[in-house]
Amino acid sequence: MSEQMRRIAIDPVTRVEGHGKITLLMDAENRVHEARLHIVEFRGFEKFIQGRPFDEVPTFVQRLCGICPVSHHLAAAKAVDQLVGVDELTPTSLKLRQLLHFGQTLQSHALHFFHLSSPDLLFGFGSDVAMRNIVGVIDKHPEIAIKGVKMRKYGQQVIAAISGKRVHGSAAVPGGMNKSLSVEERNVLLADIADIKSWAQDAVTLNEQIHMTHAENHGFATLNTHFLSMVGGGGELELYHGGLRARKPNGDTIFDHFDYRGYQDIIREEVRPWSYMKFPYLTSLGKDEGWYRVGPLARVNNCDFISTPMAEAARQRFRAFADGGFVHDTLAYHWARMIEALHCAESIELLLNDQDISGDDLVVTGEKQSEGIGVIEAPRGTLFHHYKIDEEGLIEKANLIVSTTSNNQAMNESVRSVANEYIDGNEITEGLLNHLEVAVRAYDPCLSCATHAMGKMPLQVELIDANGTLVDRVTKGSNGSIERSL
Amino acid sequence: MSKKIRVATTSLAGCFGCHMSFLDIDERIVELLEHVEFNRSPITDIKQCGPCDIGLIEGGLCNADNVHVLREFRENCNIIIAVGACAINGGVPAMRNNFTVKECLEEAYLNGIGVENPMIPNDVELPLLLSKVHPIHEVVHVDYYLPGCPPPADAFMKVLTDLLEGKEPSLPKEILHYD
Ligand code: SF4
Repeated sequence: MSEQMRRIAIDPVTRVEGHGKITLLMDAENRVHEARLHIVEFRGFEKFIQGRPFDEVPTFVQRLCGICPVSHHLAAAKAVDQLVGVDELTPTSLKLRQLLHFGQTLQSHALHFFHLSSPDLLFGFGSDVAMRNIVGVIDKHPEIAIKGVKMRKYGQQVIAAISGKRVHGSAAVPGGMNKSLSVEERNVLLADIADIKSWAQDAVTLNEQIHMTHAENHGFATLNTHFLSMVGGGGELELYHGGLRARKPNGDTIFDHFDYRGYQDIIREEVRPWSYMKFPYLTSLGKDEGWYRVGPLARVNNCDFISTPMAEAARQRFRAFADGGFVHDTLAYHWARMIEALHCAESIELLLNDQDISGDDLVVTGEKQSEGIGVIEAPRGTLFHHYKIDEEGLIEKANLIVSTTSNNQAMNESVRSVANEYIDGNEITEGLLNHLEVAVRAYDPCLSCATHAMGKMPLQVELIDANGTLVDRVTKGSNGSIERSL
Repeated sequence: MSKKIRVATTSLAGCFGCHMSFLDIDERIVELLEHVEFNRSPITDIKQCGPCDIGLIEGGLCNADNVHVLREFRENCNIIIAVGACAINGGVPAMRNNFTVKECLEEAYLNGIGVENPMIPNDVELPLLLSKVHPIHEVVHVDYYLPGCPPPADAFMKVLTDLLEGKEPSLPKEILHYD
């Protein structure tokens, strides 16, 4: 019987554009026992990369995700550096890569906040669907929308200046970079950076106001979790290179400055039959307790300080909000994201004023190795790339842990927490659907769930009781219409 | 321009890079919105449903869901444009065509590094994977092809502007890219 019902659930009509599907399993007391956010995309990268020459990986691995392609490009490049036996890049190449990565993080964060999430926060979670999108923001708050569009544009321009294209350019080569930035290219970028910095500051202020004045947001989808992120040698916020730090919800350290080449010793990934996205956990804590969150919220909580002054001042206000403890509010992801955007803008300015980025010493060589592991803080969190090659330099084995995967359990838990609040007996309420979207969107899920990341998530929610019987199903179509199909 | 044209967009087996490139029209989006109304698109939530003038398709076909969405688009859109290498040729996702689906699934879920509870996800909620990744013209008629990985933002603008003006779309050399 329940099998029959579930077959109806994949009825194509409800699946137009739909990658988002949530099922809620109820216990005997009609409480949500488990929430399942199903990820239905599968690409097969780990297999089809086998037999390809290692040096082409950074160029095409970015085609896994066009939203943060630079992150994949650079994580793969760091792994490839190890494959060619290079531990340290020239100052020019290192700074160019950092600059490229700051450009990427700025554009991705701007896209996420302004294009996708600001409508929820500005208009309210339950506001008119027709307005609740970037077009509505352009209409009602043009000054905010245009600044957001231009901040994203600027990040893309930094990327294009370094890699030749805004999306899927090529920049990193084994042991370095393929070109530096000319003085003219720098000057063009420098001309706008003051505006970008002040707009990023405005975005932080806007988030502070929204979060402080909406007490109802604080507990929304909020979880007390472990956090995982990379930090720099001095414990500072670091996006390109550093050691791994994991902390408990109360701030106690699980490990710190851990060399990520040993990631296999600290992280495992559980497969569950209902999703193509695995469930990573910290090995030392086990699979029930060991899940964690990554991304802006994890990074801004985990770091001891931020190296640029405006973002550091913003971080201090952020931590003061939780009296110096960790901010666990799921919606504070947006706030942390804008603090990072500000840090990116400040860092871009520093790097553009650094003569090294126009240097011509670009590539270092070394002795070939058989294994390389590259880790980076992508906009959505810690990203792992791991490759093994044979004697001819062909890939034998590849393993990726993408950022969104690390937030898999947390997204499910946030969904469960929101569902418990908005389930009325055996009925899925309309409020639930709107709020679920907001909860999932805070994590900025990407890649396989790119549809959600783009701000629109046709959703299907099912309620299954303790006996496995489907008791309610509601679908929200691409146009926002709500349909009950039971 | 009295009546706005309706544009729908979707990402099938693509990376969203083509959508990103479309957004790279930057502030020109304001001007575009004077002439264009987005229907089903991940870019906006406009509450309008029904037939469309133009459907932009990113990505090829890797599962049954993709095929369904593509057919929906063909039924509803007067003009279908295959956007980018993946929609036109299959692109990077089609690299899996050198292997069987089984081999790909086993590598990820059985033989992967650090995998706990090795098994192949098989829930009924997961759409059926096609044995090969296909370009979209193998399933529906395609009116225009917009090449590139991704096509540059200017190419999107040019094609839409041409169609808005009732002209046959064409791309000058400077914005015709295949990389
Ligand atoms: S054509 Fe290129 S940019 Fe477009 S979806 Fe495919 S890989 Fe991404």
